Formats: sequence, structure tokens, C-alpha cells
Amino acid sequence: MSFITQAVDARGASRQHRSNAWRRLLSTEAKLLLREPMLIFWAVAFPLILTIAMGLAGDRHDKQLGGLSLVDVYVPISMAMVITILALTAVPVVLAGYREKGVLRRMSTTPMRPAALLAADAAVNISTMVVAVVVIAIVARLTFGVHLPTQGFGFVLTLVLTAGAMLSLGALVASLAPTTRIAQGLGTLLFFPMMFFAGLWVPRQQMSSGLRHMSDFTPLGAATAAIQNTMHGHWPGAAHLAVLAVYTIVLSFAASRLFRWE
Amino acid sequence: MPIIEVDRLQKRYGDTVAVADVSFSIEEGEIFGILGPNGAGKTTTVEAIAGLREPDAGLIRVMGLDPFARREELRRVLGIQLQESQQPDKLEVGEALDLYASFYQSSADPDALLAALGLAGKRRSRFAKLSGGQKQRLSIALALIGNPQIAVLDELTTGLDPQARRDTWALIEGIRERGVTIVLVTHFMEEAERLADRVALIDQGRVVAVDTPAALTVSASPQQVIRFRPSVPIPHGLLDRIPEITSVRSERDQVVVSGTGDVLGAVVSVLARKGIVANQLRVEQANLEDAFVALTNHHSKED
Repeated sequence: MSFITQAVDARGASRQHRSNAWRRLLSTEAKLLLREPMLIFWAVAFPLILTIAMGLAGDRHDKQLGGLSLVDVYVPISMAMVITILALTAVPVVLAGYREKGVLRRMSTTPMRPAALLAADAAVNISTMVVAVVVIAIVARLTFGVHLPTQGFGFVLTLVLTAGAMLSLGALVASLAPTTRIAQGLGTLLFFPMMFFAGLWVPRQQMSSGLRHMSDFTPLGAATAAIQNTMHGHWPGAAHLAVLAVYTIVLSFAASRLFRWE
Repeated sequence: MPIIEVDRLQKRYGDTVAVADVSFSIEEGEIFGILGPNGAGKTTTVEAIAGLREPDAGLIRVMGLDPFARREELRRVLGIQLQESQQPDKLEVGEALDLYASFYQSSADPDALLAALGLAGKRRSRFAKLSGGQKQRLSIALALIGNPQIAVLDELTTGLDPQARRDTWALIEGIRERGVTIVLVTHFMEEAERLADRVALIDQGRVVAVDTPAALTVSASPQQVIRFRPSVPIPHGLLDRIPEITSVRSERDQVVVSGTGDVLGAVVSVLARKGIVANQLRVEQANLEDAFVALTNHHSKED
């Protein structure tokens, strides 16, 4: 039949065509994300506002905070918050919505795989995380003289693992939630205890040693501590990196096993 | 050689038999209707044709290929409009078309397609703002954007108002003229009668009949009923002599004649010879719906 030969001929031309399709998919997902002003506010603007507010409240060193200033302490927390809001609210709502609306199933009838849509959504969210984290670091440096993470490699590794763990958790929420509404609720429900252990309400430095020990074993507790280390030129603690890596592996495995396309 | 062949297809979900025994073949360029009540197995059948479901038993060939095993290739040439498939709320009509167009090697012109579907002014509208009919038409546009050789349309006009339904039918006829083979799933008899070259009637997972809508109608119900008001009373026994006629009766001032074959021609010529005019002449013909009811009843008695 003619279209088999077409398919063979097309293999050369298809690389160009595939990259077009990818570009289109990424730009479409980016536009859809930008059309969620509330999400952009909470995920990007609010953590920056939090950093600035803490900078205005106190950029002096404080013994109660282990010699750090309030803004020093809140920069890693704000960064963790950016990642967590996008991963636990944007990602599950979008994925569960695509499943509920039959978007994934519809795409599975085209030459593009529906997994590409998931990849594009992850890429767009990760890009947003990078921009927001960079902006926080720069504003904190320029306005309040907060140290840039001088242990650059350790910093990037920590962020990659944190984003990996949180995005996997977001995908797992999308896998388990039967509807978009439940995905949204579940994501929000997880957000608060996770951010509590990151130190959003009580910084880790002021937690009781028992609580801090618990925090060490949560993804965002480990993430905040690891980011804090890199801001002082230190390599993140191996235990904290290991905690993040284990969460990433376990959660991504669970999400890939449990994810339903329909 | 048929473009689609389905041979003794079976598909069950757990204990539920969705498709028990379905066979038919579709010729290239044909509009083939799949007609049946809800739950008859229509959607499962076309999903198997589109390579979305693996049959439990039986054989399907689409352009000579096993659609499930070779679904990668099939997706380039088969466009499908799925029942109840939506788009993200904030995606614009034009963005959806451009996105789906990018998935295919060669695609139809999005603007021409939008114009043909009466969505030309909706390019910048978000999906959530569209009416039910507009969403349905976008879904049809997305099924056709990849210039498919085969288009599967599942419940094409469900949820459309009568005008939009007629416009959509005209569009489908236009697509057929381009040589696209169309598989049309419907439970609207009128739609099948208007569009389909041939129809498979499916009931309880089985094919009850496959034929042209006209032939199905005749085979299920060969009787025609003619009503008219004669200009003068008809002489007694005049019509009884016509062999095509099976019964004659009067209803108020109307004469009601039932018969088979060309009963209309026979009655009119006999009346003309006697100088009688048949006023308000109406022919009541069984339609596909009557045929469907007759055939599916017949089928369930056999069971």
C-alpha cells in the first residue's frame, strides 16, 4: 500500500517535522501555563514577595537562627516553595485534567505520543522553576546581600533532585486522583505539611531537635538544608542528598507504575 | 480490495461482551455507517479499527495492516473523532488546530477547515467558551487536520442543533468527494440514511444486517402505503384488480392503499385512465428506523 512506502520515505523528513511538533507542543503548554494568573502569582510572585518581606523584616545576623539573617533562612524556603507549588498544584491538575477530558486519549490517535505532552508539561514547569529560583537568588543578592550559592554544582544537583522528587509526587497525585478536583485537593493538602518541614512557619534553625530530625527525612526539609549549605560554599550533606534521591526514585517509580492514560 | 476488513471481531471487558461477532468490509471512498442502539458495540468496533483496542478474537485489516500491531503507521492515515473528547479549557481553537497539524507530515489548511466547519470567527476563542456544537465541530476539524485517508467519526452530530447537523452533513459529503473513506458511527437513522452508502446494523455486539439504507428499508418492510383523496368516488373493485395491491380501505374521505413493488405507478395509471385525480397524494414509505426496529426485533427472537 502506498502509505507504507510514504512512511519509509518520510523517515528523513520526519526529524524536521518532529522538532516542529515538539516546538509547537512546548509553546502551547507554555501559553496554557501563562494563562493561569493565580498559579503564576503563588508559584512565582509570592515566594519572591516572601523573600523580600523577610529581607525587610531582618537582614541582620541572628543568634537564634544560627548566626544567619532571616532572609538568609528564607531564600532556600522560598526556592523550595516555587518548586513545590508548581509540582504539586500545576502538574497534578493539568495531568488529571488531560486524562479526564480525554486529551491524552485523543493524542494517542495521532502520530504524536501522549507521553510527549507529559514531557512538554514537565519541561514548561521546570523552566518556570528555573526562572523563579534565579530571580529569587538575584533579588536576594542585590537587595539584601544574601550569598549566592557558591557551591554551584551542589546547588544545581540539589534543585534537580528536589524538582525530581516533587514532580514525581505531583505525577503520583495525578495517578491516584480519580478527578481533577481531587487532584487539586490532594496537591494542596500535601503542600502544607511539606512546607511546614521546609520551615515556612518555623525555620529549621528554630525547630526542636526532634522536629528538625524529622524534617531531615522529608523531601523539603532535606532540600532546604542542602540549599542552605550550598549558599555558604559548602557541599550539601550526603544524607540530605540521599534522602532527596530516595524520594525521587521511589516516587517516580510509583508514578510511572500507577499512571493511567484513560 | 476493501480498505477495511473486519472478520468475526470479538471484544469483551471483564464479563461484559462488548462485541460478540462483527464482520463487514468497507470499500475505499465509501461512507460506511455503523448503526445501533447504545451499548451495541459500535464504539468498541471502531476503536478496534483505529488500533486503540486489541481484539480478543477475529481479524481486522486496515489498508492491509493489523491496526493494533501497526498503529504507528495507521495513525498517519487515520483520523478519528472520539466521543466525549475535549481540549484544555484555555486552549484557543486556532492553537488546537495548529498543534494537531504539527503532528502530521502533511496537514490540511486550518483556516479552510475552520471556514468549512463554520468556525472561521472562532479562531481566537478558548475551548471553554465554545458551545456544545462548536466543540463538536472543532473535534471534527481535528480529526480531519492530518488529511486522513480514513476518517472515523463517532457520534458526529450528537449535541448539535438541526442547522449545525445539516451543515456538518454537507461537510462530510464534501470530504467524501476528496476520496476519503468515512466510517460513521451513529444512532441517528436520518443521518445514516442521508450520508451512508452502506450501513451495518449492530445490535448486542452482532451485525444484524449490512446493506444500502434503501435496501435495508425495503427488505425489512416491503409494504408501501399510499393515501389520497380521489376527485370522484372510485368505482367499486377498480383497484382490487391491480396485482401490486394487497389492501384497500377508506379513512374518512381518503383512500388508503397498501402494496408492494411499484404500487404507486400502478394506482396512478389506473386512476388516470378513468380520469380520476388523486388529490393530496402521499406515499408513506418505511424508513431506516422501521427497518432497524424490524431487524433488531427479529434478531432478538432468534436468540
